[in-house]
Parts: sequence; C-alpha cells; structure tokens
Amino acid sequence: MKLLRDTWIVFQRQMLLVLRNPVWLIIGVIQPLYFLLLFGPLLKRALNAPTNAIAYQTFVPGLLVMLAMFGSLFVGFGLIAELRAGIIERSRVTPVSRMALMLGRSLRDVVSLLFQSILITVLAIPFGLRIKAADLLLTLLLLAMIGLMLSAVSNALALKLRSEDSLAPLMNAVSQPILLLSGILLPLAFAPIWLQRVADFNPFSWAVNAARSLFAGHPGDASVWQALVIVVVLTAAALTWSARSFARSVR
Amino acid sequence: MIETKGLRKSFRSRQGKQTKTVEAVRGVDLMVREGEIFGFLGPNGAGKTTTLRMLATLIEPDGGEATVAGADLRRQPGEVRKRIGYVAQGGSTWDECSAREELVVQARMYGIGKAEAQRRAVRALEAFQLTEYADRKCKTYSGGQRRRVDIALGIIHEPKIVFLDEPTTGLDPQSRAHMWDEVRRLRTEGMTVFITTHYLDEADALCDRIAIMDHGEIVAEGTPAELKREVAGDVITVGVNGTTPQAAKLLDTADYVSRLETLDGGGLRLYVDAGATAIPQIMRTLEGAGIALGSIELHRPSLDDVFLEKTGRSLRES
Ligand SMILES: Nc1ncnc2c1ncn2[C@@H]1O[C@H](COP(=O)(O)OP(=O)(O)OP(=O)(O)O)[C@@H](O)[C@H]1O
Ligand SMILES: [Mg+2]
Repeated sequence: MKLLRDTWIVFQRQMLLVLRNPVWLIIGVIQPLYFLLLFGPLLKRALNAPTNAIAYQTFVPGLLVMLAMFGSLFVGFGLIAELRAGIIERSRVTPVSRMALMLGRSLRDVVSLLFQSILITVLAIPFGLRIKAADLLLTLLLLAMIGLMLSAVSNALALKLRSEDSLAPLMNAVSQPILLLSGILLPLAFAPIWLQRVADFNPFSWAVNAARSLFAGHPGDASVWQALVIVVVLTAAALTWSARSFARSVR
Repeated sequence: MIETKGLRKSFRSRQGKQTKTVEAVRGVDLMVREGEIFGFLGPNGAGKTTTLRMLATLIEPDGGEATVAGADLRRQPGEVRKRIGYVAQGGSTWDECSAREELVVQARMYGIGKAEAQRRAVRALEAFQLTEYADRKCKTYSGGQRRRVDIALGIIHEPKIVFLDEPTTGLDPQSRAHMWDEVRRLRTEGMTVFITTHYLDEADALCDRIAIMDHGEIVAEGTPAELKREVAGDVITVGVNGTTPQAAKLLDTADYVSRLETLDGGGLRLYVDAGATAIPQIMRTLEGAGIALGSIELHRPSLDDVFLEKTGRSLRES
C-alpha cells in the first residue's frame, strides 16, 4: 500500500538522521534522568512510602509520561527547520502521500520515545524498581500513543505558525499547567479537592494514574482501560487534525 | 507543454493591525513549447516564484487555468507532480545528509525502487560532477555544488518539464557558465526547461524563448531576437564630460531622438530611428552648443531596452 510504503521511506530517512546524531536522544533523557537521580531519593520519606521500591513505583511512571509529553511536544521545532531548509517543499512536489510525510515523522518520535522510556526504566532498577514485562509493554503502548498524539499536534502547530518564536511560548504556556496538573511529581491525592477536579480534565493525569497502576502490578485496574480509551480517542483526533492541516497547508 | 490562462494569485499579509493584499500574479497567459528552454525574466517581486509554485502544485491559484505536461493543474495535481521537477529558489538540501542520500530518498519518494534509486543517484552524481563529494554532508558543499545537488534532485525521476527558480543566483561567473551548460544538457536530453532569472544576459544567451514579467503581469513574450526587434530603431550611448544635464536638455528636444534616458554612470542613452544618420546629427548639435563629446557608441537594443520600453523602467536599476 502506497501510504505504508511512503511512511516507511519518510520514517527511514528521519531515523537515519536521529541515529547520525544520537546526542539529541540523550539530551531528551537528561531531564528525567536528573529527576530520577536527584529527586527520586527524596521520595520515600516525602511520600511516606514503606520502601524505596514502592516510592519508585509511584515516581517512575509519572516520569515516563513527562518524558512522552515533553519529548513529543517540541518536535515541531525540527519541522520548522525542515520547512526553512526547503525539505518539505521538496517532498511536496513529489507524489508522496501527504499523510506519510506526517506519519513518518511521528513514528520517528515514537521510536525515540520508546528507546528513552526503556532506558529510564532500566536505570530505575538499581533503585529497587520491579515491573512485569506484560505490564511494561502496556505502559509502553500508552506512552507510544501519547507520543504519537503530541508529535502530531506539535507538527500541526508548527505548520500553522511556521516560526520558532511563536511556537516556543505557546508550547511553554500549554505544557507547564498540564505537567503540574498531571500529578507527575507528586500524586494528586495530596492536592485539595478543587485542584483534583481540575486535574480530572487533564488526560495526562489519567495516563499517569494508569501507568502507576501498571507499575504497581494491577493491569486490571479501571484506571488502565479508562486511560487507554481516553488516549486512543485523543490520538485519533490529533492524527486527523494534523493530517488535515498537512493536507491543507501542504497541498 | 505548458499552457496557462489567466493564472492569478494574491496574498494577504498582516502588517501590524492592517491586512494588506498583494496581487502577486494577476492574469498570466503563457505558452511553453516542448523541448525549449523558456525563460522568465523580471525584477524582484515580479511574481516569478509565485507563478512557478502554482505550476508546480505547491500553491493553489486564485483563478485561471493551466495544463502542465498534458495534465490539468487543478483537477490532476497528482499527475502533474509525476511529470514535473521543481527546484526551489532557496535550495532544498539538508545539512546533515550527503548528496547521495538526498538523491536516493528523493527518487524513492517518486515511487522508484531502492536498487533503481541507488543506480539513478550514481548516474546523477556523475552527470553533475558531484561524485567526488557524493558522501560528504551537504553542509560542507560550496554554493555551486549545493545548487548542482538541488538540480540533480529536481530531475532524478526524469520529468518531462523541470522548473528551475533562479538556478544561477549567487554563483560566480565560472559556475554560472557551468550551470548554463547543465541546463542546455537537460534540453538535449529532451526535457523542457522553465527557468527564472533576473539576469538579462542569461535570458538572452540561454533561453530559446522568454517572457518578461513585471508587477505580476507578462509584459512581453517571444524569442530574445523577436523582442529586441520590437524595439524600433537603434540605441546610441553618448558620453559627455561633465556637461550631461545640458546635453540631455539639448538632445531631448531634438526631433531625431525618440526617447532619452540618463544613465547612472553619467552618460546618455538615446533611442533613434536610424543610428547611421543620427550620429552625425548628434555630433553637430553638441558641437553647436560647445559641448565636448567624450564618446559615442551605436548598438542594437538589448533586453533591457525591451524592458524599458514595456515598463518605463530599466531592469538594471530596479
Ligand atoms: N507567501 C507569501 N505571503 C505574502 N506575500 C507573498 C508570499 N509569497 C510572495 N509574496 C509576494 O508576492 C510578490 C511576488 O513574489 P515572488 O516571490 O513571486 O517574486 P519573484 O518574481 O520570484 O521575485 P524574486 O526575483 O525576488 O525571487 C512579492 O511582492 C512578494 O512579497
Ligand atoms: Mg523568486
């Protein structure tokens, strides 16, 4: 099928560029790594957790969702650089599928994200973190969907704004409250009721809850399927919107 | 090969609170024949790039119609894309990729298989004398090498028509001459080449036919020789030492001068019906007024004279 083939071609080229300069992959994990090393050890006492392992079971899933959010929200900057260099225009004069131009790039972001997530999880093992392979796989699926969704959103916004100067403040304005309202750093159970109600409208706080259930070894918990449904719906919406804006501004 | 009728495009741009409409292209009728090098000559902002981008399916025209390589621009943009190549004015290579990688991925986006794409890349690298740098990153290339990669990318799928937007801007005279050879080679290979330029000598020497564009409209179309023939008569440049204004006043009223223009360098350009008889008359007029003649030169009209006649401005000055 043409879409699959074209997506693969775009993905291959993008992946080649990532691997040529893997330093960006590492830069992406530096923030969560600092959190893991310098913030994590505070948690046992702060969360009143019986063991380090339990503290990390709460903390690492949030960290991974944060990684998925921040890593993917800022990929639009790369697209702006490509627009400026004439790469997008060069692709557009070919009969390549417009959807593939977007999907190939988003898949690159998903693969990078999965690599980073596994790295962080492995690095948390010495701190006492334990998780079943099946639960980890389900978490990775959730993360991949979040990555796909936000990468699509970021690319669509980049196509609309076409300048780093307008994209950066917008991303910061959006990402900070979403981060704080997702219970990533501390569980929202500590929050006053009004804040918890506001957080209910944040899909990422649902995702964090689901990831925590999975890391705690409860894949059957209601939060897991609820988050999956929310994330799947939002990802589908984001992909549709992004594909539309690619098709429109990238006729 | 290309036929357009009333092609139009305007842009709306925001300046502060006001929105301003720029009519970039206002009704372009064009005819480009198979196998020719067709030149689009015009000053900055004339609408050359906008016209090309419409013909290459990159932007949708506001109005008008066009057939490109036998496909309807509006109804079959996919077909148009398959049959044309487009090389943008601003270049199209990624710093971190090598020319070979770029060529292969471009060929593959046209639906060409992996092995064949690699073969074509090798051939294109040879044809454009890039083999030596083929595996170096594009950011290490010189301007001329980069431009050659751009063009190789534009024709990797062997299109029927290739659009080259200012392929020689920014190149030194030697690279420019090389680029002209490349463009002529494309024609020999049977391609129709549509090229934009704001160099008069380039349009004159390289193109089989040209269209002169100004303010979004075609002001003249034809072979360079035809266009120059349209400018009636001859052109005489006169140099007078330091007394240009007086000489200008004097000659402007002379009945054998149909038009007079003061040049930047201090000389005068006179348009006359017949150079051979005008020269002695000019000399007599100046002598009579006691103005010393520094130099006098007769030449056939250039494309700049064509531009001047059609627009009232000189392309050199704009
Ligand atoms: N995307 C755009 N938005 C707003 N205005 C535009 C846009 N593209 C072109 N224009 C305007 O349209 C006019 C024609 O531009 P165009 O790029 O076609 O000129 P050109 O003949 O290619 O000039 P040059 O020789 O400088 O490349 C200019 O006034 C330009 O500012
Ligand atoms: Mg231009």
